[in-house]
Amino acid sequence: MTTTKSKVVYSPVFTDGAEFRIPTFRLLKQDGKLYKSAKAPDLDKDKALRIYRAMVTTRILDERMLAAQRQGRLSFYMQCTGEEAAVIGSAAALDDGDMIMAQYREQGALAYRGFTIDEFMNQLFGNEMDYGKGRQMPVHYGSKKLNYMTISSPLATQIPQATGYAYGQKLRGEGHCTITYFGEGAASEGDFHAALNMAAVHRVPVIFLCRNNGYAISTPAAEQFAADGVAPRAYGYKMDVIRVDGNDILAMYQATQEARKLAVEHNRPVLIEAMSYRLAAHSSSDDPSGYRSKDEEAVWREKDPILRMRLWLESKKWWSEDDEKQLQENMRREVLETMKRAQKRPPPPLESLVSDVYDEVPPALAEQFDKLKAHISRYPDEYPKSAEHAKGGA
Amino acid sequence: MAKMNMLQAINEALDMAMAANDKVLCFGEDVGVFGGVFRATSNLQHKYGEDRCFNTPLVEQGIIGFANGLAAQGSVPVAEIQFADYIFPAFDQIVNEAAKFRYRSGNLFNVGNLTIRAPYGGGIAGGLYHSQSPEAYFAHTPGLKIVVPRNPHQAKGLLLASINDPNPTLFFEPKRLYRASTGEVPEGEYQLPIGEAEVLKEGTDVTVLGWGAQMEVIDKAVEMAEKEGFSCEVIDLRTILPWDVETIAESVLKTGRLVITHEAPLTGGFAGEIAATIQERCFLYLESPIARVTGMDTPFPLVLEKEHFPNHLKVFEAIRESVEF
Repeated sequence: MTTTKSKVVYSPVFTDGAEFRIPTFRLLKQDGKLYKSAKAPDLDKDKALRIYRAMVTTRILDERMLAAQRQGRLSFYMQCTGEEAAVIGSAAALDDGDMIMAQYREQGALAYRGFTIDEFMNQLFGNEMDYGKGRQMPVHYGSKKLNYMTISSPLATQIPQATGYAYGQKLRGEGHCTITYFGEGAASEGDFHAALNMAAVHRVPVIFLCRNNGYAISTPAAEQFAADGVAPRAYGYKMDVIRVDGNDILAMYQATQEARKLAVEHNRPVLIEAMSYRLAAHSSSDDPSGYRSKDEEAVWREKDPILRMRLWLESKKWWSEDDEKQLQENMRREVLETMKRAQKRPPPPLESLVSDVYDEVPPALAEQFDKLKAHISRYPDEYPKSAEHAKGGA
Repeated sequence: MAKMNMLQAINEALDMAMAANDKVLCFGEDVGVFGGVFRATSNLQHKYGEDRCFNTPLVEQGIIGFANGLAAQGSVPVAEIQFADYIFPAFDQIVNEAAKFRYRSGNLFNVGNLTIRAPYGGGIAGGLYHSQSPEAYFAHTPGLKIVVPRNPHQAKGLLLASINDPNPTLFFEPKRLYRASTGEVPEGEYQLPIGEAEVLKEGTDVTVLGWGAQMEVIDKAVEMAEKEGFSCEVIDLRTILPWDVETIAESVLKTGRLVITHEAPLTGGFAGEIAATIQERCFLYLESPIARVTGMDTPFPLVLEKEHFPNHLKVFEAIRESVEF
């Protein structure tokens, strides 16, 4: 049974789809005022401030932890700088019970949901309180209680998983959806195609949120795809799509709110392309001066999404210079103090090396572990992190 | 007890799993109304509805990515890959995602409910891409379980165990035996243990080890060997990962000789892992080199399939050489 109902022509007509140009949805100007015909979404003061605090927290955490990486206190770090509105604006439009399946540059969504600085730090330092038991690189966060799926490094793998997760939610009928975040580079992976097509065919309540920040490490978007961004691909899957100014907190919030309605109430998957710019380096292992200009970065620094929101909050009299000063000071102090505490916590026990590979440790692995413990006991000075653990029976 | 073939046994296992738990879902290419190209999912859509048994678009990485998400959510996905030869597009989702889901999250999340079914193996004039036995690729991946049944009774009991196992499990079905292998299958639900080999026949001169469709080959070879007066102990490994070292080692300590056979190519095949481990365990007891009778290190050919195949004659030869070494 075909779904194609095309009209017939009698000469060879080719089309490259160039007539489809997807507009950018925008509400807030950089000076914090609304565009002339724009109307702010329904966003009360409490929620607006929760969003804003999460943005500032994310920015300060990123600045401080990049510095910590530079000082050699941390093995690796990735910032969300410049993309806080895209991530937090969308996360804020969801129900806290909706699942988030992110790529790695979405720590803002976790901050919004209430992940504490302590929880961030425990993961970054991989100490004994890290939920991930120190197994993954820094920034690979996860939280069961906040419905934030643990991050993994392979790009785009979470996108079809989000489709599956949301299909399960639909069958359960509890009115929840899944949002999955990914960059425009990840959208070139085959898993992106698989996920969107399956979501459209099976009418799955999932929101695909592409952070188009212009670069995948050093590769500019123009070398990632020839089309008008990622958004037009949705046409090919027959999926609702919207392109949003990713530095505009109000537009991101409203677009995602509407997308959630389509997903949850009508089982229509949605693609949102958030246009933004990766202001920071790709990661602590990257130096963007090798592939892009300072001038280009400066243009985008002028479009800072946090400042834009702050000016809007001030125009509503919901925020003041004093509030800002206090938040900045408190947050910087908390980040520093928490970091010191987290750094001092011991590493996970040696046993965590072999647990959770399966639900139970298989005999052959238990044997490898016993051998390791015997080995460490012979060279305790060479394994300062685990010599103590190796002594005890496990 | 009812007499059925392997496909009927698999279909019955799926039917029972879906009847027992409405979170069990079966999906894949052509799995829906058609019931699968081998008919393993016959009638399931009719009985349980399109939401629980359905066709997916033709995209293996999508099928397994989707299944991973479902399993993480709490559903019990039984995903079908039409031929094991086409599982490789999903290799990333299986190896980097499914296998590592629990470990990397510190057990916050897991995809233990996942079962992947895939017909495997040669002997059906399937050429390069309808004949492969890819178990060794996955055996190198901590976090997975890999199960291969040899007959209808095993297929039903091991599939039900795979679906219920709290770890992601690959279930490779010997398609050559889908209809060729018939036998008595107990009615009702039963499970066979994962991770345990089964000693099918006791013997004293040599241990002959295999899995899946190769057990039929072993039976013929052992029949020849017994006529020559060689007493063979026959073991079905059943689970490739994690495999039952104890049962194999115990047998070889007794017989002093080991012949391992599988359809997949020799180099990097799972027999290599078994041989190395048994050599460590049983060094002082081995009377002859451990023999491996496998497919050749070539892609799986079409016309010269019989020559390529580790058939009963080749296994018999290996048994004789081992005993007479």
